[in-house]
Amino acid sequence: MTDPSNEQKDASVGTTGHEWDGIKELNNPLPLWWLWIFYATIIVAIIYFVIMPTFPLVSSYTAGTLNQSDRVNVEAAVNAARLERVERGAGLGDSSMEQIRSDTSLLEYGLAAGEAAFGDNCATCHGRGSQRIAGYPYLHDDVWLWGGTLDEIRQTIRFGIRADHDQTRFSQMPAFLSDGILTDDQVGDLADFVMSLSGSGGEFDAINRASSLFALHCASCHGEQGLGDQAQGAPNLSDRDWLYGGDRTTIIETISFSRYGVMPAWETRLDPITVRALAVYVHSLGGGEEETVSATE
Amino acid sequence: MNHSSNAASAPSDANLMLRIGLTLVCVLVFAIIGLILADNGTDFTMRVHGTIFVFAAGAAGIALLSRYGNYFQNPAAAVGGAAKGYNLSIVKAGVIMSMFWGLVGMTVGVVIASQLSFPELNLHLPWTNFGRLRPLHTSAVIFAFGGTVLMTTSFYVVQRTCHARLFGDVLPWFVFWGYQLFIVLAATGYLLGVTQSKEYAEPEWYVDIWLTLVWVAYLIVFLGTIWKRKEPHVYVANWFYLAFIVTVAMLHIVNNLAMPVSLLGSKSYSLFAGVQDALTQWWYGHNAVGFFLTAGFLGIMYYFIPKRAERPIYSYRLSIVHFWSLIFIYIWAGPHHLHYTALPQWAQTLGMTFSIMLWMPSWGGAINGVMTLSGAWDKIRTDPVIRMMIVALAFYTMSTFEGPVMAIREVNALSHYTDWNIGHVHSGTLGWVGFISFGAIYCLVPWLWGKKELYSNKLVEFHFWIATIGIVLYITSMWFAGIMQGLMWRAYTDFGFLQFSFIETTEAMTIPYLIRLLGGILYLSGVFVMTYNLWMTARGPQNAETPYRAIPAAAE
Repeated sequence: MTDPSNEQKDASVGTTGHEWDGIKELNNPLPLWWLWIFYATIIVAIIYFVIMPTFPLVSSYTAGTLNQSDRVNVEAAVNAARLERVERGAGLGDSSMEQIRSDTSLLEYGLAAGEAAFGDNCATCHGRGSQRIAGYPYLHDDVWLWGGTLDEIRQTIRFGIRADHDQTRFSQMPAFLSDGILTDDQVGDLADFVMSLSGSGGEFDAINRASSLFALHCASCHGEQGLGDQAQGAPNLSDRDWLYGGDRTTIIETISFSRYGVMPAWETRLDPITVRALAVYVHSLGGGEEETVSATE
Repeated sequence: MNHSSNAASAPSDANLMLRIGLTLVCVLVFAIIGLILADNGTDFTMRVHGTIFVFAAGAAGIALLSRYGNYFQNPAAAVGGAAKGYNLSIVKAGVIMSMFWGLVGMTVGVVIASQLSFPELNLHLPWTNFGRLRPLHTSAVIFAFGGTVLMTTSFYVVQRTCHARLFGDVLPWFVFWGYQLFIVLAATGYLLGVTQSKEYAEPEWYVDIWLTLVWVAYLIVFLGTIWKRKEPHVYVANWFYLAFIVTVAMLHIVNNLAMPVSLLGSKSYSLFAGVQDALTQWWYGHNAVGFFLTAGFLGIMYYFIPKRAERPIYSYRLSIVHFWSLIFIYIWAGPHHLHYTALPQWAQTLGMTFSIMLWMPSWGGAINGVMTLSGAWDKIRTDPVIRMMIVALAFYTMSTFEGPVMAIREVNALSHYTDWNIGHVHSGTLGWVGFISFGAIYCLVPWLWGKKELYSNKLVEFHFWIATIGIVLYITSMWFAGIMQGLMWRAYTDFGFLQFSFIETTEAMTIPYLIRLLGGILYLSGVFVMTYNLWMTARGPQNAETPYRAIPAAAE
């Protein structure tokens, strides 16, 4: 309820005399602070019109007294950054890891460029830091599917694995169960055998039954001892590092249906310096190998 | 109220028969179009929508036949559409649909907020994927909930303040149910993956044409009612409603100009391309905020606050000045959505400066609303419905200050593309649009269903507090998330490389997103409490609860 003094106050202001469904309107003036701030914002806008690009003309626009242009500024900044990258990163082009390591500033630059590119292009699958993601190689150890020298890593990055590229790294393990090569029982025995290679368990009888199967079907790629073969990307089965998982169920799944991990060919997406920097970065993560044989270009 | 005038212009029998005949022919035409699309549509969505159209036309036909049947049994009812008093049944239907869409839209909001925290909730199904549910949420809360509230309250307010029955007999019902049909077509389209990829304008060309028909009819109903008003002047709330209806019609038509690939298919291509398309889209998008979410809801504010507070509007002059300045300036502010893009810089200047000048015109409405309470400040304490509407104005004040600040190019460089925008939008929508709508509906239900008061003021109080806490959690977590994102995105190393990868900035959002989810759940719970309260108000006697009363001031 309105108190009686309201009526006096309302009367002193006065109403417009209209009434709609019981609603009246007082005749209060515009609040002065409101009006002055409104004027102030208009003045700010006018000042901005004078100093900045504002009015469109037939084929140009009024540039403003500051002559500021986003387009020019961005172009200059991008060009400067591009130039700097070419200058600083040029050395990464053909140098060996030995040479890069001996040039501290080049190494620092390569690692910084590699880390930045890794975060936006690689981390989605390979993870950041020491994060392990099943199905994607962990890059912080010295376990390599396709080789861990600088050149081997670079080749993997350039052409990818099972990627849409002529020179991509390629290998394909048969799907032993779904291709009808082995039976359920045989796959189970083989899983036990594979586990025994790294001392991860396995039932004695099953291992015995599977040894001939392993020699027949697996040893050609993974080797007699299951040590793997980097030339064809065949994983070492005798260590306890697993790409998809080392429990019996996962191993059975791998043997039965095979795997087909794909990494894109980055050569078509990134410039050569960035690919080189990525190789340096990945090489530095913990398991990079020294070059023993000169890699083919 | 005005049946005498209607009696004077009573249509002749032949005239009436002609009108009935034309209406039924229209329904038949729509049914045939629906059948053609249902049978020959070139894509699945078009056939589904054709089918929905057939059913809608069928329902309309049955409703019309039963209505006309009544006319013939009771010819007096036919004259001017049984026009005794106000058309309140459409307002009642509107209140019910508003609450329904509010619950649906906000539930979907909580679902998509959960998906951002727990991606497994996308369920690996195309139609439950975030990308499809997000436009479902935005359209459901803005157009389904907000739109129905605007339509409902405008139909109520324009009748009461013009002292005239709503114009037309079947026409208002066509507007109302036609709009509901638009919502259903839009929502099912999104779920089936049909979109023209324009923010807040996702429905495809044929749904846009349907909405255009409905909207023009809405304008006719609204203007028709104003035309036959018994009051000498048009009340300020109706200026705002009219600005909302007219401008939204213009925005909708221009932004949706498109060429369908086939008249039997859902796909179309926009008439505009590249930066012209972007600018047209954000001219539309920003004015959807300006004329839908601001001007329209100011119309609500201008009726329900003075009515509920039983106080006169603070300043008629302020009404005029802030109305015209708001209308004039808002329409130019859209380019601020495209700072630092391919949009020419002079157009960015336009967007930024007009946004700054928009600050005071926006605040004019808040001043007028809050100052209307002067002389009755105690009601903020004693009437939770008033409090809700005043806090709505507080959020309005905050977000209409935040908006101009974010439109400044240097600020926008940090805030753009971040969750700060999401927070800004939600302080406006949850705080302003939501609260002013809830306030209006809390007022309307006892009035419409003939109850003295709401079932429970304590529940309104409860609703107010959990919703307010929800909003505060929502917007603070989004400020935090947005500013952090902006700073992380622009951080460079000494060598000029980005310091953080995108995935790291996403990871940093984990906690803020959970807090946002909690805020959303609280807000949604409030709407459930409200629905229960309204349901009990409408159907039952009041519960025995001590009403809130002002403690009398000590004698001076």
